[in-house]
Amino acid sequence: MMTQIAFTLTTVLYVGATLLYLACLLRNGSRLQSLASKVLMVGFLAHCLAVIHRFIAAGHLPITNMHEALSFFALSIVGVYLYFEHRFKVGTMGSFVVPFALLNIIAAGMVPTELRPLNPALQSAWIYSHTILAFGAYAFFTISGCVAALYLIQSHFLKKKHLGQMFQKLPSLDVLDEIGYRCLAFGFPLLTVAIITGAIWASQAWGSYWSWDPKETWSLITWFIYAALLHGRLTTGWRGRRAAFLTIAGFLIMLFTFIGVNLWLPGLHSYT
Amino acid sequence: MNIIVVGLSHKTASVDIREKVAFSPNSIEKPLRELCALEGIVEGIIVSTCNRVEIYATTRDIAGGVARIRRFLADFHRIPHDTLEPHLYSYHGEDAIRHVFRVASSLDSMVVGEPQILGQIKTSYGYAAEYKTSGVILNRFLHKAFSVAKRVRTETRIASSAVSVSFAAVELAKKIFGNLADKTVLLIGAGEMCELAARHFLSNGAKGVMVTNRTFERAQRLAEEFEGEAIPFEELFDHLHKADIVLTSTGATQFIITPGDLEAVIRRRRMQPMFMIDIAVPRDIDPAVNKLDAVYLYDMDDLQQVVATNLEGRRQEADKAEAIIAEEITQFYKWVATLEVTPTIVALRNRFDELRRSEVERTLLAWKDAPPDAARRLDALTSAMMNKILHQPTSLLKKAGQGNRTDLYLDALQALFDLERSSGDGPELELEE
Repeated sequence: MMTQIAFTLTTVLYVGATLLYLACLLRNGSRLQSLASKVLMVGFLAHCLAVIHRFIAAGHLPITNMHEALSFFALSIVGVYLYFEHRFKVGTMGSFVVPFALLNIIAAGMVPTELRPLNPALQSAWIYSHTILAFGAYAFFTISGCVAALYLIQSHFLKKKHLGQMFQKLPSLDVLDEIGYRCLAFGFPLLTVAIITGAIWASQAWGSYWSWDPKETWSLITWFIYAALLHGRLTTGWRGRRAAFLTIAGFLIMLFTFIGVNLWLPGLHSYT
Repeated sequence: MNIIVVGLSHKTASVDIREKVAFSPNSIEKPLRELCALEGIVEGIIVSTCNRVEIYATTRDIAGGVARIRRFLADFHRIPHDTLEPHLYSYHGEDAIRHVFRVASSLDSMVVGEPQILGQIKTSYGYAAEYKTSGVILNRFLHKAFSVAKRVRTETRIASSAVSVSFAAVELAKKIFGNLADKTVLLIGAGEMCELAARHFLSNGAKGVMVTNRTFERAQRLAEEFEGEAIPFEELFDHLHKADIVLTSTGATQFIITPGDLEAVIRRRRMQPMFMIDIAVPRDIDPAVNKLDAVYLYDMDDLQQVVATNLEGRRQEADKAEAIIAEEITQFYKWVATLEVTPTIVALRNRFDELRRSEVERTLLAWKDAPPDAARRLDALTSAMMNKILHQPTSLLKKAGQGNRTDLYLDALQALFDLERSSGDGPELELEE
């Protein structure tokens, strides 16, 4: 009951934050921007409360069905976004990230929410490291996908000399590039460790480190894309539009790994 | 008390007239004193910039005050009255307030939104405050104008876009590089535009300048001026990778930088973006380089287009600013209007209070067996009566202060109750904020 109230409150606050962030695109004013940010912050706290409460009620990390996973995904995105907004003062990014987080929350509200006893295969301390790391990586990759899209838009404006309101509001190429790089630098190690801990856990739970389960396969594809991006960046300084396209591709594949695999490709990871 | 404005600006007078009536800030005391010595002028401020000369003053007599200031402007500068007269404008009441709010908000400027004017008015006000020629009304008026200008600045984008080519270049660079602090500018060829732009980049934090020219001596001379590095023209491509911002303006008839040349440079730069500005006509840089991922090329036409768009944007923002000003005028005008009626209201109350007190006193003296609280009771009774009686005329006067019939009411009251029109030092009493 309490969980439900906190979850509804979170949804309402995220809707408010989304509307405010979208209004920031149309109107000027730092007050609107800081209000949007504050509403999102309160929403984030309510969300944390909802997750913690569910944790206590369920007795395990609430990340074991679609509802919980989507909700946790949104929580991670908002958390990582708030960090970058605070660090780089890029409120306009919220106009793109926050609606996406809201979509996840709405989707989470539409799938069955009931608590179920934990599948015996998941009853392990590994659930914490494996899933939290994976969701952290997902959140960073989501932000990097968003930043890459903004980079493409901003670079398009600069090349075509369309220097309108939107151009003025979006962050500079340099800031977008910096945020994108940081996301990669944080997200990639997280994903790597998530895959390794997953493999160790798999050997304990299923008796084999790697069984080419669809989730594993797609995780590996995601990993390779980000590995290529990071490698290019570190060796030749690869960045710019083509890198941005690949980053967006990486994000879409990551989304498929996270949601698509569960929906359409049954395998060992299907618990929902 | 009325606020009046008399002056001329770039809109009504050409520069040869404006320079004749300009006041030098070094000797502003004399004209300020003479201004306030004029008959009927109570407070005065002189604003003198290269685009406008204006006098803000308060007076009881609008027509006389305006005429005397118009004559003062001509006489002080020893210009024939008839020469100056057609260029002067004057405002009073709401129009005067609107005018000053617009000027302070840079809506009346030659380049709408330019930021200097507010500072210039603040300085002018500073002189008037120093020589005590501005008083209660102008103090409050000017402070209001400053806060309106600030509101316009923060709530509209009127001053946010660059309206000169070199500023536009700096703004664009900031959108590419974020911060210019560790960026290097390369000047290829010499030209006034290029030098100006380079100066703007430096004053916005760029780290250093490299200069190259077909005649190496000229490059050296310019490099010295910028405390930068001169590069022999033949070695351009050995150094190009170090430049983040490239400005070209050579007289070359063929492209000196082509996409083929740049690809190698970009690789050496580890694909960091490059901002290239080609000011030369005919152009120095092959427009095809703009297709390279990391290169953003702007030529003169592009920059001028940016400036034109920004100017158009400012014009649209100006409408929003006018709305803000209209709102602030209504508020401020209410206060000004009460100034005129306040002294009469005060005098009226004083007259009634006087009468009331003396009657209470007389009654108490004649009242032999008065109870101990008689004085208090009588006082309360008579005060309540006075307030009830005065309530209607007072509120009518305050309201009338915003209309045209004020004088009618004031004259009637003064005649009926034998009030003196106080000398106008009375607006310390603030009826409403």
